[in-house]
Amino acid sequence: MNTPRYDEVQVGDVLPALDLPPINRTTLALFAGASGDHNPIHIDTDFARKAGMPDVFAHGMLGMAWLGRLLTNWAPQSRLRRFDVRFQGITHLANAISCTGRIVEKRDADRGVRIEVQSSNQHGQTKIAGDAWIRLP
Amino acid sequence: MIDPQWIGHVLPSSELSLDRSRLRFFAKAIGESNAVYTDLEAARAAGYPDLPAPPTFLFAAEMDSGTSDLLLQTLNIPIAKILHGEQSFCYHRSACAGDCITVLSRIDDIYSKKNGALEFVVKSSRAVNQNNELVAEMRSVIVVRN
Repeated sequence: MNTPRYDEVQVGDVLPALDLPPINRTTLALFAGASGDHNPIHIDTDFARKAGMPDVFAHGMLGMAWLGRLLTNWAPQSRLRRFDVRFQGITHLANAISCTGRIVEKRDADRGVRIEVQSSNQHGQTKIAGDAWIRLP
Repeated sequence: MIDPQWIGHVLPSSELSLDRSRLRFFAKAIGESNAVYTDLEAARAAGYPDLPAPPTFLFAAEMDSGTSDLLLQTLNIPIAKILHGEQSFCYHRSACAGDCITVLSRIDDIYSKKNGALEFVVKSSRAVNQNNELVAEMRSVIVVRN
């Protein structure tokens, strides 16, 4: 991996987007097992409907993990200092999520860049928004 | 209403032993294609002693241990009513397969909005490794739909 260099990146630069396949029940079952989050609202349609939801929906942390992939595809994880997100909307089955990021700030003191990240579905609805600080060489 | 007396309450600690097979399972579940997360040689070439845990993986510690469920039981919150509102990580050092991570959490805040239609529980956590070195700090906001 070619780590971006602090002197060579600019505010406004965008990270290569990460586009995910549409979410299906298998995606959610695998993530439930791998993440340890066994809340049935993500894997059991009957339970989800009783809870007043139209169907099962994605774990927030699955969307955050995808944003993590966006970041670590761009710079090695060891350079990641902070990662903060707000979950803004429920990510439903068949949503095809696109993760995007843009440099919004540079901090000379520690060669850190702040990246605004966002995940949105194919209808342009934002599902997660947040930011990350990455220190660059 | 969630009793605000729980602000300041410290939850039982959770131990999470990182192993390669679980990390590979997590990588598969999130569609990870970067070999650093699944291939030992790639991880070592990138400077890690073993497969690294991805940025959000440590959230699993309190899921596996049951502490996340215990928090809901303690505060009398039905699991069907919760949503994840916010999540933060502050990273101090990497965690890799072979490490044993201990997570200790505290309830930082409890508040409501919209006349109690939504309640919020804020939890902050520290994750340390087997050498008691700080690996990450985490902060979670859980939303309860009443």
